[in-house]
Amino acid sequence: MRPMWFDMTRYPGKAMRGVAIALACTLPLQTVRAQTWDVAARTEMVRTIEDHARYTAGSLEGGRLSPRVLDVMRRVERHLFVPDRHRARAYADRPLSIGHGQTISQPFIVALMTDLLAPEPDDTVLEIGTGSGYQAAVLSPLVERVCSIEIIPALGAAAAARLARLGYRNVTVRIADGYHGWPDCGPFDGIVVTAAADHVPPPLVAQLKPGGRMVIPVGRPFATQFLILVEKTKAGEVHSRQILPVRFVPFRRAAE
Amino acid sequence: MIPPVAIAVISAAILAYEVLLVRLFAIVQWHHFAFMAISVALLGFGVSGTLIVLLRDPAERIPRTLFTASATVFALAAPGAFLLAQQVPFNALEVVWAPAGLLFLALIYALLLVPFTAGASCVGLAFRAPGARAGRVYLWNLLGSGAGALGIVGALFVLPPVACLGLVGALGFTAALLAAPRRLAVLPALLAALAAGGWANAPAHWTELRLSEFKGLTQALAVRDARLVETRSGPLALLSLVESPSVPFRHAPGLSLTAPALPPAQLGVFANGSFAEAIDLWGGDVAALAYLDHVPEALAYRLTRRPEVLVLEAGGGQAVLQAIMQRAGRIDAVDGNPQMLELMAEAFAATPPPLGSAEPQVTLADPRRFLTAARREWNLIRLPPVAAAPARGLNEDFLFTAEGLSSAHARLRPGGWLSATAETDLPPRIAFKLIATLDAALRAEGVADPARHILAIRSLTSLSIFAKRGAVGPADIAAAKAFAETRGFDLVHYPGMARTEANLRIRLAEPVFHDGFRALLGPARDSFVARYKFDIGAATDARPYFHDVFRWRALPELVALGPTGGAALIELGEPIVTATLVQALVLGAALVLLPLRGRLAGRVSRASAWRFGLYFTALGLAFLFIEIAWIQRFVLFLGHPLYAVSVVLTGFLVFAGLGAAASAPLEHRLAGRLSPLIVACGAIVALTLIYLALLPEIFAALAGLPAALRVLAALGLIAPLAFFMGMPFPLGLERIGRADADFVPWAWGLNGSASVVSAAAATLISMNFGIPTTLLIGAALYGAAAFLLPGPHAPSNG
Repeated sequence: MRPMWFDMTRYPGKAMRGVAIALACTLPLQTVRAQTWDVAARTEMVRTIEDHARYTAGSLEGGRLSPRVLDVMRRVERHLFVPDRHRARAYADRPLSIGHGQTISQPFIVALMTDLLAPEPDDTVLEIGTGSGYQAAVLSPLVERVCSIEIIPALGAAAAARLARLGYRNVTVRIADGYHGWPDCGPFDGIVVTAAADHVPPPLVAQLKPGGRMVIPVGRPFATQFLILVEKTKAGEVHSRQILPVRFVPFRRAAE
Repeated sequence: MIPPVAIAVISAAILAYEVLLVRLFAIVQWHHFAFMAISVALLGFGVSGTLIVLLRDPAERIPRTLFTASATVFALAAPGAFLLAQQVPFNALEVVWAPAGLLFLALIYALLLVPFTAGASCVGLAFRAPGARAGRVYLWNLLGSGAGALGIVGALFVLPPVACLGLVGALGFTAALLAAPRRLAVLPALLAALAAGGWANAPAHWTELRLSEFKGLTQALAVRDARLVETRSGPLALLSLVESPSVPFRHAPGLSLTAPALPPAQLGVFANGSFAEAIDLWGGDVAALAYLDHVPEALAYRLTRRPEVLVLEAGGGQAVLQAIMQRAGRIDAVDGNPQMLELMAEAFAATPPPLGSAEPQVTLADPRRFLTAARREWNLIRLPPVAAAPARGLNEDFLFTAEGLSSAHARLRPGGWLSATAETDLPPRIAFKLIATLDAALRAEGVADPARHILAIRSLTSLSIFAKRGAVGPADIAAAKAFAETRGFDLVHYPGMARTEANLRIRLAEPVFHDGFRALLGPARDSFVARYKFDIGAATDARPYFHDVFRWRALPELVALGPTGGAALIELGEPIVTATLVQALVLGAALVLLPLRGRLAGRVSRASAWRFGLYFTALGLAFLFIEIAWIQRFVLFLGHPLYAVSVVLTGFLVFAGLGAAASAPLEHRLAGRLSPLIVACGAIVALTLIYLALLPEIFAALAGLPAALRVLAALGLIAPLAFFMGMPFPLGLERIGRADADFVPWAWGLNGSASVVSAAAATLISMNFGIPTTLLIGAALYGAAAFLLPGPHAPSNG
C-alpha cells in the first residue's frame, strides 16, 4: 500500500506542495551531486591517463606526465566540450565525434601532446585545429596566450563562443587556413597541430621560436598512431622526433 | 515451369546487385566493411532454401506466383535496403571504442538479407518447380549471372552508381513480369510504375549517396569555398575533383621541414570518397614546381643526370612534373586506371611542358604487365609510393612482389636506378616489407649482395629507397649525404654506413629503420623476419599481399595496448575476413540448417542425407575456392582486380552453365558405363594440376597482347575447367530430386551458404599459404565430392 501523501488523487493540493518543497530541498543536493560526479569522473580519468602513461615509449621527461598538466586535466570540464549526446562518455579515455567528421582526441593523447610541448607560464602557443576547443582550454591555464585556428567555420564559431562563455580569456580563435600559421600572433614557443597532414608545413616551422616545440599526431580519425615532436634549437636548427604513444616492442622476446 | 529467361534475368540482377553493393559501400563507408556486410547478405541464398522447404506445398502448386512475388520483393528491396542501410549511423572507425556500434552493423545485415533472400528464392523455386530440369535451370541461372557480372561493369562506365541501383530494381521487375501468370501480371507492372514514380519524385537526399562524415571528400567539402568541380563515374572508382580556393590542397608527402618553396594551388582528386591524388595547377611555370626538389624522391636526380624516366602508376602526375622540373631526357608515364590517366592527359594538354622539356608519353597499362612486355630500358624507374593502408591488406598487388620488382629492375640500363617510397609507419612495417621484397627481387636477378646496391633516406613521413643496377659508388654516397644534409633528411642505408650516421635529424628512440635495413639486407634476414611481430617477409606472386603485415600472435598484445594507441596498429584486413568466416559459419548454421531439423524426414535415409549434405557443401566450397584463386591469379594477367573479377566470374559462370546443360546428355551417353561425376571431377583435378604448372609461362608469353585478346585468352583458359565444374551440381540435384524433391531447394541453400564460407576461407588461405594452395584444396574437394554422392539407388527410408 502506498503512503497517503503520495496519493495525489485524494490530496492533490497538499501532494503538489509536498513534492515542490521536497524538490526545492534537494536542488542544492543535486548540484553538489553533479559537481561530485564530474570531479570524480575527472579524477578517475586522470588516473587512467597516468596508467596509460606508463606504457609510453620512454618519450616523457622523467618517465611521467608533468603534474602541472595532470592538474589542468583534472580541472578542465571536458563534458562541456562534447556534444550533449556524448556527455555521459566525456571522461572515458576515448576519442568522441564532435560533428563535421572531426573528433575530440582521447584525454590521454591530449595530456601527452600538452606534456610534449613542455608549456611554460609565459609561453605563446599556436593551435592548428580548434575543434571543440578542449585542447585550447587545457593549454589556457598553462601558458600566457593561446592562438587557435580552425578551418571549419561552424566548429570554430562554436568553440570560440564556448571558450568565451567558460572564461578562457587568453584564447583567441580564428577561422582560417592553418597552413600558413598566424604570423601576427607569433613567433611561438609551442605549436600543437591536431589535424594531420602528409608533411609538416614549413611556414609553421618558420614561426617557431628558437627553443620552441611543435607536436603533430599522425593517424586516422579515432586512431592516433604516432606523434611527431619538432624542436628548434637555440641556434635555429630543426630536429624532429617520432614518438609512439604505445610501448610496443616489434620483436618477439628471445624466450618466445 | 518457370520461363528460362526470367531465371536468367533475376540471376543477372542478383549478381549485378552484389558487385554494385561492393562499389556503393566502398564509396559511403570503407572496403572491409563492404566485404562483411555483403557476405552475410549472401546467406540469403541459404535462407531461401529453408523457406522453400518450409513452404513446400505452395512451392509445388503455384511456383510462378511465388516467383513473381519474390522477384517483386527483390525489385523493391534491392534499392530500398541500400538506401535504408546508408541511413544507419554505423561508424566502422569507432568500433574499437564503442563495440555497441556493432548492433548497427547487425541492422545493416538484416536489411541486406531481404533482397538476397528474395532473389535467391526465385532461383530456388525454379529448381523446385514441377518438371524442372536441374541442368537447364542451372544453365540459365549461370548464364544470367555471367551477364549480370559483365553488364554491371559496363553500366558503371556510363551510369552513376545510384542509377545502377535503379537498373537492378528494373531487372527484378522484368523478371517478375516475365514469370507472372497472366492474371497477376498487372501487379508487378503497377508496382514498377509506382516505384519508378516514387524514385523520380523522392527528395534528393533520400536517393543520393550519403558519405560517412569521416571520409576525406566529406571533410574537404566542409571547408569554406570548397566545391565539387566534377564527378566521373567509372567501373574502377567514382572520381570527384574538388577545388578549394580559400584553403588550397597541399599534397607533398615527405616535404622537407625547411623547404623554401611550397606547392602551387592543387585540385584534390578523390576516389570513392577517399583522397587519392592532387593535380598541381602550375600554369606551365617550372618555378612553381620547385618544392618537388625538396622531397626525398628528388635524390634520384642527384644520382643520375637528365635521365630517361619511367613513372609507374603516374596518377595525378606529380612524379611526372618532378621529371619535367628536373629536365629528364624522356618521360614515360603509365597508369592502369583509364580515368586517372585521362585526368593527367587533360592536365598536360591544358598546361604543356615548357619548350626544351620532354613531352610525357602517357600509356594506359597495368604497370607490371607494361614492364613484362616492355622492349626498352630506362635510367630511372619510379614505383608508386606505398602507404600503410589497413583496408588494403586483402588486395592482390603484383607490382610489389619479388617477381614484380625484379621485372622493374631488369628494365634498368646499367647504372640506372629503381626508386621506391614508403610511408614511415611506426613500428616500421611497410618500409621493412618493401626492402625485404626488393632484396628478394635483386637476389632473383642474380645480385649476390643487394646491400651494396641500395641507398635509402628518410623524411619525417616517408622513406625512399634507391636500388642501382650496379654497385653504389663513392660519388653516389657523397650525393646522398649532401642531399640529406641540405634538406634535413636522415640517411637510412648506404654500403658501409655506420650506425652513428643514422637518426641524426629525425630522431627516434632507436635508429630502428637503419637497424632493420641492416638486418633485412644481411645474413640474419630470415631470423629477423621470423622474430618480427608483423609479417614483413617478401611478397611473392604466390602470396601477392604486400599490404598484409598482420600476424595473429601480435594481436593479444595490441588489443591489450589498445587504449594507449595499440589499436591503431592493428591491420584490419585479416581479422575482418576471419570474423566474416566465423559469422558465415554461425549464421549459416543458424539460418539454414537449424530450421530444417526434422522437416526433411522424407524418403531418404539419414546416412544418404548426410552424404548429400556433405556433397553439396563440398561443391559450394570447391567452386568458390577455384574461382577465387583464379580471380586472384588473373589480376596479374588482366591488370586490375575489377577486370579479373568480371572476366573470370563471367567465364566461370557461362562455361559452367554450358557444362551444366551438357551434364544430362553426357550421363545419357555414358549409359552407366562410367559415372559422369567421376569424369567431371577427374578432369577438374587434372586441369588444375596442369594450369598450376603452366600458368606463369602462359601469362609471360601472352602479356604483350592487347587487352581484348588477353580477355579472349583468359576465357579460353577458363573454358575447359569451368565446363567440367558446371557438371557436379546438376548431376547431384537430379539424383537428390529423384530421391526426394524436397531436398532440392535445401541443397541449393546449402550450396549457397557453403559459397559464403568459401569466399572468406579462400581469401584467408591465399593470404597465409598462397594462391596455389587454395587451388589445390579446391581440386581436392572436387576429388572428394566424386566419392561422396550416394549412388542412383541409394538406401532409402521408403
